[in-house]
Amino acid sequence: MSLLIKNGRVIDPASGRDAVGDVFVADGKIVEGLKGKAEKTIDAKGLVVAPGFIDLSVRLREPGQEHKATLESEMDAAVAGGVTSLACPPDTDPPLDEPGLVDMLRRRAKALSRARVYPVGALTEKLAGTALTEMGQLTDAGCVAFSQANAPIADTQVLWRALQYAATFGFPVWLRAEDVWLAKGGVAHDGEVATRLGLPGIPAFAETIALGTILELVRSTGARVHLCRLSTAGAVELVRRAKAERLPVTCDVSIHHVHLCDVDLGYFDSHCRLEPPLRSQRDRDALARGLADGAVDCLCSDHTPVDEDRKHLPFAEAEPGATGLELLLPLALKWGAAHKLALPATLARITSEPAKVLGVASGRIAPGAPADLAIFDPQAVVRVAPETLKSQGKNTPFLGYELAGRVRCTVVAGNVVYEG
Amino acid sequence: MNNPQLNAKGELQHLLSIEGLPREILIQILDTAESFADVTEREVKKVPLLRGKSVFNLFFEPSTRTRTTFEIAAKRLSADVINLNIAISSQTKGESLLDTVANLSAMQADIFVVRHNSSGAPFLIARHVKPHEHVINAGDGRHAHPTQGLLDLFTIRHYKKDFSALTVAIVGDILHSRVARSLIHGLTTLGAPEVRVIGPQTLLPNGVEALGVRVFHDMREGLRGADVIVMLRLQNERMGGALLPSAQEFNKHYGLSADKLALAKPDAIVMHPGPMNRGVEIDSSVADGPHSVILPQVTFGIAVRMAVMSIVAGN
Repeated sequence: MSLLIKNGRVIDPASGRDAVGDVFVADGKIVEGLKGKAEKTIDAKGLVVAPGFIDLSVRLREPGQEHKATLESEMDAAVAGGVTSLACPPDTDPPLDEPGLVDMLRRRAKALSRARVYPVGALTEKLAGTALTEMGQLTDAGCVAFSQANAPIADTQVLWRALQYAATFGFPVWLRAEDVWLAKGGVAHDGEVATRLGLPGIPAFAETIALGTILELVRSTGARVHLCRLSTAGAVELVRRAKAERLPVTCDVSIHHVHLCDVDLGYFDSHCRLEPPLRSQRDRDALARGLADGAVDCLCSDHTPVDEDRKHLPFAEAEPGATGLELLLPLALKWGAAHKLALPATLARITSEPAKVLGVASGRIAPGAPADLAIFDPQAVVRVAPETLKSQGKNTPFLGYELAGRVRCTVVAGNVVYEG
Repeated sequence: MNNPQLNAKGELQHLLSIEGLPREILIQILDTAESFADVTEREVKKVPLLRGKSVFNLFFEPSTRTRTTFEIAAKRLSADVINLNIAISSQTKGESLLDTVANLSAMQADIFVVRHNSSGAPFLIARHVKPHEHVINAGDGRHAHPTQGLLDLFTIRHYKKDFSALTVAIVGDILHSRVARSLIHGLTTLGAPEVRVIGPQTLLPNGVEALGVRVFHDMREGLRGADVIVMLRLQNERMGGALLPSAQEFNKHYGLSADKLALAKPDAIVMHPGPMNRGVEIDSSVADGPHSVILPQVTFGIAVRMAVMSIVAGN
């Protein structure tokens, strides 16, 4: 099948291309031009044609938590948000710690032929933080990296061995830095807001102490580590120094943490119950600045659908997480505008940079690259409301917001998978 | 952000926290309580203000004193009182908090008095009740205990008349204390110039200074010149872990003894929200001594709760 997308403002963050022009697609790939007439033509006049977005943290809730979301609902949400590739963390039920589970998830996702799904395997069996998983076999089954999701490895010796083992074979490890003991019982950033609301706090140093440990182990083992969901100014500084030292680390932040802070908890808004917790304004500003200056590589949605009953609870008892797939683009644009970034630089954080972390060929518009594209109107406003979200999760602190950036068309492997 | 406690006219719809309440409303509650203080002295201790109204005491966490004083207060206002000890009924059957409230609401409640071990639970309930229903927070987690805070303010005003020159010292486990948080907000709203908190670092929440208090770790220094001393209850489960080595050691540093009390003003009053741990945070000689106003606090608590219930029901 061949496709012509004409007259769009074509942005390829990887090459810096930003010009009105045409994009040609044949056999699922971007090509220089077409021999003969295109089978389908899309007029993208007034719209931006960008590489499809790559989201490094999307919980699809399958297997095991289908009451919160299903592959169908979340893959619909992904393509409606222009997300063409997504990595899913291993905290399903059971966790992604066996090749069979990973294989099944990939087959189910593939059968839906919407976004590409990249499973992140469990680093330890049952995510229990004690025994290593069969990382080699899991890699063969399709895992692109190994992670504990939000589950801790309390025993630093296990973490050390896991990084040694992964480094031996070059498996990437994705870790969220949080000291399990310092975070114990906490539900909000340890600061004035938590003090006022009487919520048990998680100190900022729960992140920086754990990050210090991880970086020291990276220094020793040479493991390639992607640091997930930084939440503190201190962590941004540590990563900045680690990169200056040429340690093999990358990192991401979530859309929530660059826009919101603990003050947004207001009167115990359980939509703001997130992992890691929303931190201080100073932290939020440092994360947003770090993402702009390159200390932070990627922006992700950390999409976590939670059913309403689990959110209609007192703050501390509410289940953490927020839906985000459909907000990735508008919230990236909002962040980029606040930092006066050009569109290619903004989009790099959700296209070419996460592609590098995943080690995939998508995330760019160049001949030979997979034809994964998001065509969007950067000015059109989206009102965030339960009825406008395709995801089964309607839980987001951004409910009621009006955000600029509406996806009009999503293409995966040359096929139009969404038109809105 | 709308203040969830006030109605469209700016009147008290629910009492969820002292924080965010305007000074005028605090004064209105204290003045109304003053008028009810006489009722409790009379032979016939009843007024018909809440006749025909139903007050549901919803206690998700055990309490004797607070529940009893709410019950007495409601009965003196001629309301029908229904006590529900949820800790041992629906919660164990897996019913959700909001379902419990919806069911009781269907039984025609007017006022819900709620105690819950999770900070913010009464806010969640207040967001989901019908417009004619009122929620009164009787203590939520570490967050707030506004009627206790108000009765503390009432007690202080009763003995000291005026807040504008007072030094108030709050001593002990501030970290876990909803009583301390409510009293601090009340005192700063009513213009007390010096509110001190005294305790070890392990029992002081991060950033507590932002509430408008001065922090002391040395109790003797913190008590110097105080007009009011509020001792907080130290829960037994805090002892012997990483927060405190022992009750004895806590008593040595932060227990109110006669010699420490002597550092405060000669006419200082000593308060405690109860129940007391004698010999831990307070010595018996002080608890039962001439400075103590601990029992009057309990009496005033009834008048204050009558005031709160009559005001919300009238709005």
